[in-house]
Amino acid sequence: MKTGFEELLQQWKGQKGNVIPLLQKTQELRGYLDREDMTAIAAVTGKSPAEIYGVATFYAQFRFQPAGKHTLKVCHGTACHVNGAEGLDLAVKTELGIEPGQTTEDGQFSVEKVACLGCCSLAPVVMLDQEVHGRLTGDKLKKVVRKVGQ
Amino acid sequence: MTEIVVGLGSCGIAAGARQVYETLQEELSERKLQIPLSATGCIGACHREPQIEVRLDDGSRFLYGELDPEKTRRVVEEHLIGGNPVEEYIIPLDYPYLAKQKKIVLANCGVINPESIEDYLAAEGYAALRKAVTSMSPEEVIEEIKTSGLRGRGGAGFPTGLKWSFARASKGNKKYMVCNADEGDPGAFMDRSLLESDPHAVLEGMAIGAYAIGADEGYIYVRAEYPLAIKRLELAIRQAEEGNLLGSHILESDFSFIIHVKEGAGAFVCGEETALMASIEGKRGMPSIRPPFPAERGLWGAPTNINNVETLGNIPPILRMGGPAYAGVGTERSKGTKVFALAGKIKHGGMIEVPMGITLREVIYEIGGGIQDDKKFKAVQLGGPSGGCIPERLLDVQVDYDSVTATGAIMGSGGMVVMDETTCMVDVARYFLSFTQSESCGKCTFCRMGTKRMLEILERITKGEGRMSDLDQLEELAVKVKLASLCGLGQTAPNPVLTTLKYFREEYVEHIENKRCPAKHCRDLLRFRVIEEACTGCTLCAKVCPTNAATGERKAVHRIDQHLCIKCGLCFDACRFNAIEIATGITA
Repeated sequence: MKTGFEELLQQWKGQKGNVIPLLQKTQELRGYLDREDMTAIAAVTGKSPAEIYGVATFYAQFRFQPAGKHTLKVCHGTACHVNGAEGLDLAVKTELGIEPGQTTEDGQFSVEKVACLGCCSLAPVVMLDQEVHGRLTGDKLKKVVRKVGQ
Repeated sequence: MTEIVVGLGSCGIAAGARQVYETLQEELSERKLQIPLSATGCIGACHREPQIEVRLDDGSRFLYGELDPEKTRRVVEEHLIGGNPVEEYIIPLDYPYLAKQKKIVLANCGVINPESIEDYLAAEGYAALRKAVTSMSPEEVIEEIKTSGLRGRGGAGFPTGLKWSFARASKGNKKYMVCNADEGDPGAFMDRSLLESDPHAVLEGMAIGAYAIGADEGYIYVRAEYPLAIKRLELAIRQAEEGNLLGSHILESDFSFIIHVKEGAGAFVCGEETALMASIEGKRGMPSIRPPFPAERGLWGAPTNINNVETLGNIPPILRMGGPAYAGVGTERSKGTKVFALAGKIKHGGMIEVPMGITLREVIYEIGGGIQDDKKFKAVQLGGPSGGCIPERLLDVQVDYDSVTATGAIMGSGGMVVMDETTCMVDVARYFLSFTQSESCGKCTFCRMGTKRMLEILERITKGEGRMSDLDQLEELAVKVKLASLCGLGQTAPNPVLTTLKYFREEYVEHIENKRCPAKHCRDLLRFRVIEEACTGCTLCAKVCPTNAATGERKAVHRIDQHLCIKCGLCFDACRFNAIEIATGITA
């Protein structure tokens, strides 16, 4: 069950500055960080579990619950904001019934609010899984979400 | 030889450049055309992505924009086979967007293949590093950078040569050279584009800096949100190591230097140098008191020099052209060029590089082509959450560190977001403050609590629940947050509030006294209503309304129940007869 993770621990053991890469790789492997894994990382890096948890919760990248099957990142960069990103949030809320940071009950979608995806000339944009969709309106976004959800 | 180059930066890919690339692959192979097809980074005119460039045997170049698979097939058919350029898709090379720029840092972007070190070498790549390690002493390199007048492009504008001389002077056998690529300002993507389009230039700049200060190890701290930049950097590092341009005994000299790529984990404050170092060390990314400055005690206690991506991208051209030639571009106190990510309500957005000293008006109206839909300009925001909003009457201000700072904004790292009459300035202040408030690491009380209280006031005002005394309180808190914060995040967080209060105070007053949002943006102050004479009873508004506030029989005038309306605006967007109006204010 722990294959991959044990190797990860061994690979990074003793390297300076290994805490964050270990957390990142673990999350890549599992989709999120659980208590058991963080405790194991603490043991390997010579820190207390509290310190590891402190580091993990400081950074926005880390999650502590499994994500939905699809991840929708709604960009809230400045260009997206002035071009109507808040309207997209409302559209997501009415379509999926969840707010940023939540996952739908059926586990299909997680919604995140992100600072900037760097596609400002296509604002407002979202990233659905690995694909960026630009020049959206609330209505267009609903269609994008419905298509993937089918 | 004829060749085709496709712009595959993140913007291009988002706009569909991969499909264009694949279409070209298919077409070329189906039609058995022996034309080399390659990828390049950001061509810069992001508003016209996806773009390709056709380079013919005779040296002529044709830039095509806004392509899709179908248009691409037409270009293959008519231009590559038929020999007739498809005029309607061509972006003329004298297009003001391109013609008004001066490219030093971005010279290779959109020209070379970022995944090919041969391309970079052919464009005089690593010539500057060779010059430095084989014919210059570290002191001479530093002198050359001082002569160039280069100042830090991350925003603060500290002279780079001076910074290097501090790190050089620090005693220690172990020193680090760090590249800050934690581009966190929302609305800024210069560093990402440069890393994606010309990664070797940044590596070369780092290696020269490492040689100058005496470092043998370096880190690039890059946002995890930039996967393509990370991939290309890692590839470039491997290529440079194979070519003896990084690693041990670089170019057979005594100089050795290795670079690690470190992925950030999503914390805006890590753009601050002491927080960045804490994060590399694997800690919570919280800033610490300076002095000691990183040049004395930085990463793992060793002397460390930290430069921004664009600053490092300037280093190779400076050594190639010489400090005095570089100093010939720009103004008295701001030399060279600046890269901006031009975005917002602008016609021609994208990544641009302009000489210091150009006016904001030239950038917005000549390069940017003016405001989208020819609406009225309201403000331009420089410097992201640390910067400010500059009004129309100051548009003739020159783009240089000192002139921009005098307006209350800052040069910043290069985010330039244009706002029009539909942008609410109170909401913009609220937006930036909500960003800095949530990104405050919490170490300093005024940054942690002060920004929270300021945000509450701004939220109150945008909801129509503000009081006139709020404005004085905002100003009072702003000054205290600036004074009592340790790092740049808190010290600059109030800037968007202060500049909007200074230049757009009447908008705050309208929100407070008349419960009116002049830009019709603040939802709590709006009422969506059906214009009876225009409504055809098509039922579309009722269909899209998520709360059943909009109702009515087919072919009869619809109405919107104000108690049920959540002001999502879907009906307004959906209505094809302009039969929904947005009212705001007590009297409306």
